Amino acid sequence: MDQEPRAVPEARESLPPLTQPSGQLDKLAGLYRQMFLIRRVEEECARAYAEGKIGGFLHLYIGQEAVAVGALAALRHDDYVMTTYRDHGMALAKGMSARTLMAELWGKQTGCSQGLGGSMHLFDAKNSMLGGYGIVGGHIPLAAGVAFASKYRADGKVTLCFFGEGAVSIGGFHEGLSLAALWKLPIVFICENNEYSMGTPLSRSMSVEDVSMKALGYGIDRDRFFVDDVLEVEKRIGEAVQRARELSLPTLVEVRTYRFRGHSMSDPAKYRTKDELELQKKKDPLARARQKLVADGYGDARLEQMEKEIEAEVADAVKFADESPEPDASILEATTYVGPFAS
Amino acid sequence: MPEMNMVGAINDALRHEMRKDPRVLVMGEDVGKVGGVFRVTQGLFEEFGEDRVIDTPLSEGGIIGTAIGMALYGLVPVPEIQFADFIYPAFDQIVSELAKMRYRSGGEYASKIVIRSPVGGGIRGGHYHSQSPEALFIHTAGLKVVCPSNPYDAKGLLLASIRDPDPVLFFEPKRVYRAAKGDVPEGDYTVELGKAAVTRPGKHVTVIAWGAMLYEALAAADEAAKQGVECEVLDLRTLWPVDIDAIVASVKKTGRVVVVHEAPKTCGFGAELVALINEKAFVHLEAPPIRVAGFDTPFPYSLEMEYLPLAHRILPAVLDTARF
Ligand SMILES: Cc1ncc(C[n+]2csc(CCOP(=O)(O)OP(=O)(O)O)c2C)c(N)n1
Repeated sequence: MDQEPRAVPEARESLPPLTQPSGQLDKLAGLYRQMFLIRRVEEECARAYAEGKIGGFLHLYIGQEAVAVGALAALRHDDYVMTTYRDHGMALAKGMSARTLMAELWGKQTGCSQGLGGSMHLFDAKNSMLGGYGIVGGHIPLAAGVAFASKYRADGKVTLCFFGEGAVSIGGFHEGLSLAALWKLPIVFICENNEYSMGTPLSRSMSVEDVSMKALGYGIDRDRFFVDDVLEVEKRIGEAVQRARELSLPTLVEVRTYRFRGHSMSDPAKYRTKDELELQKKKDPLARARQKLVADGYGDARLEQMEKEIEAEVADAVKFADESPEPDASILEATTYVGPFAS
Repeated sequence: MPEMNMVGAINDALRHEMRKDPRVLVMGEDVGKVGGVFRVTQGLFEEFGEDRVIDTPLSEGGIIGTAIGMALYGLVPVPEIQFADFIYPAFDQIVSELAKMRYRSGGEYASKIVIRSPVGGGIRGGHYHSQSPEALFIHTAGLKVVCPSNPYDAKGLLLASIRDPDPVLFFEPKRVYRAAKGDVPEGDYTVELGKAAVTRPGKHVTVIAWGAMLYEALAAADEAAKQGVECEVLDLRTLWPVDIDAIVASVKKTGRVVVVHEAPKTCGFGAELVALINEKAFVHLEAPPIRVAGFDTPFPYSLEMEYLPLAHRILPAVLDTARF
C-alpha cells in the first residue's frame, strides 16, 4: 500500500467503454440487483413514513447503495459487519430479507427486533450482521473488539466497520483505530463520507477534509476513492479485506459518496443547493450500473424481468409488514405499577 | 403578552440574555446555520454571528469539555446536546469535571454552564431519541437539574439558570415543545430555581410530575375528579434542588402521593422523592406512595403509549391510593 493517499479522481462524466467477460457481467447484474432492491425498499419505506406506518426517525441510504453492495461483495458470508443508524442497505446486502426489515420498521412483532428497535437497530445473527448503531461513533471500538475476538480464535474472519465522516470527530473513532492498530486487528474501517454530517458540510466540521489522513497517526494503511462504480468498490475494499484476512492488519478506507435524501425524513436539506443535488444524482452509481449492463449487452428483457421480480419481492414485504401483528404489551416487564399495590 | 410555544420561549430567553450579556454564547451540533434540529436556536446565528453561535462537529465530549474551559475563563456557554440520549460521551466531562470544579478548587473556580437538551418520549423515536436521564445527574452532587413544562416557565427558568452561579442541566420535554402554548412576557423575568408550582389544587391525592407528564397528570386528575377524588398536582419545574417544602406541605394535606415520571422506575427520581417523603412526612401518610413510571427496559420503538406513564396508567394509581 502506498503511503501517499491516492488523489481523489475527478468524477468521470461518462463511463469508459468496457467489454465485459460474461462472468463479470453476471456479477455486475447480481450487484445491480441488490442495489435496486435496496433502492426500492427504501422508496417504499419513505412512502410508509409519509403514511405514518413508520414513525420517528428514518435515515435513507438512497444514493449510497453501491458502498454497501460493493464492500459486502468482497466479504465471505460469515465476516462481520457493523454500521450506523443508516443501516437498511447494509442489512439487506448482508442477507436480511425485505420482509424482516420492513416489519421492523413498521414496528411489528415479525421484525428483526420484534418491532421494539425500529429502523436504526438492524441485527441479523444468521448473516453475521452485528447491528446498526444509533450513537455516532459508539460502535467503532466495539468493532475492534469483534476483530480482536476473530484474531483470538484464529477463525479467519474479517470485520467491516462503517461510519459517516461525522464520527471522525468523536472519541470512539480514535479509540477504535488506536487499539486496532496497536493490536494489529483484522478489520476494515470504512468511512462513508457523504459530505454532510446532518446539516454541517465537511468544510465546517473538519480541519483536514481528507479523512484517510487519520490513518497516518495510527500507522495503518489507508485508501480513498469516489464511489462511481460498484465493482471498483468491491475491488478496493477487497484489497483491504485481504490485508485484514491474510496479514491481520487494519485499514482505514474513505469512500466519497452522497446521500440524495435529507439526513432523515424530517430534514428538508436546505443547507445544500438544488444544483448540487442534481449534479450528484447524475452520477448515481445505481443508474451507472444499469447503463453499463445495457451497454455491455446484458439485455433489456433480462433486466426488466429482474426488476419485476424485485418489485414483487418489495410488494410482498410491504404486505407482510402491513399484516403482521404488533408486539404484545406483555413484553414490557411488569416492574412498574400494574394494579392495586401490585408487588 | 405574545403567545408562544416552548421552542419560541426558549429561543426568546437565549436571545434576550445574549443581547444583555456578551459572555453568553451558544454551541452545539447544527445550532447555528440550521438553527437546531428542533429549531430552538433559529435566528441566533444571524443576529450574533459565528463567534457566539458555534456550530460544532459531532463531539459531545468536546462540546462540554470546551464549554467547561470557556466557563473557567469567565464565559457563560449554553451548549446544546441534540438529544439527551447523546449526552453520554460527555458524561465523564459532566460528572468528573463540571460537577466537581467548585469543590475541587476550594471554591476558587466555578464552571458555570447551562446544558440544554431535549428529553422524553412521545415522538416514536425509539431507544435513542426518547430517554429521560435526569436521575443520573440528580445523583451527581454539584449539578442543578431543571425541566419546565410550559413556555412561561421555560423562559423564566432558563434565564434563572443562565444567571445561577452553578452548572445547570436544562431538560426540555420535546413531546410538548410545540404543543404547550401560553402567554410569555416580553423582556426580563425569571422563575426562581428550586420552586415547585401547584398546578391544580386538591385535597385527596398529591400527584407529582414534571415536563410532558404534567399534562398526563392533569388529565388523570380531571378524570379522578369525576369520581370524587380531588388531586393536587405539583409541577416540580426544578428537579434538583427539589422543593421538598412544597411536597411536604401538600402531603400533609392529602396523606397520599403518586409520583409520575417517564424514566424507568428503578432508581428513577421517583425513588428519591418517595424516600424523602418517607423521611419528612411519614406520619402524615395514609397510604403507601406510588410510582407510575417507565418500565425497566430500554425505551421501545413500538408500544410507546404503553411504556409512557400516560393518564390511563396514572388514573388507576390515583383511585387506588385514594381508596387505600
Ligand atoms: C453521539 C451522537 N451525537 C449526535 C447524534 C445525532 N446525529 C445522528 S447522525 C448525526 C450526523 C452524522 O453524520 P455522519 O457521521 O456524516 O453520517 P451520515 O448521517 O451522513 O450518514 C448526528 C449529529 C448521535 N446519533 N450520536
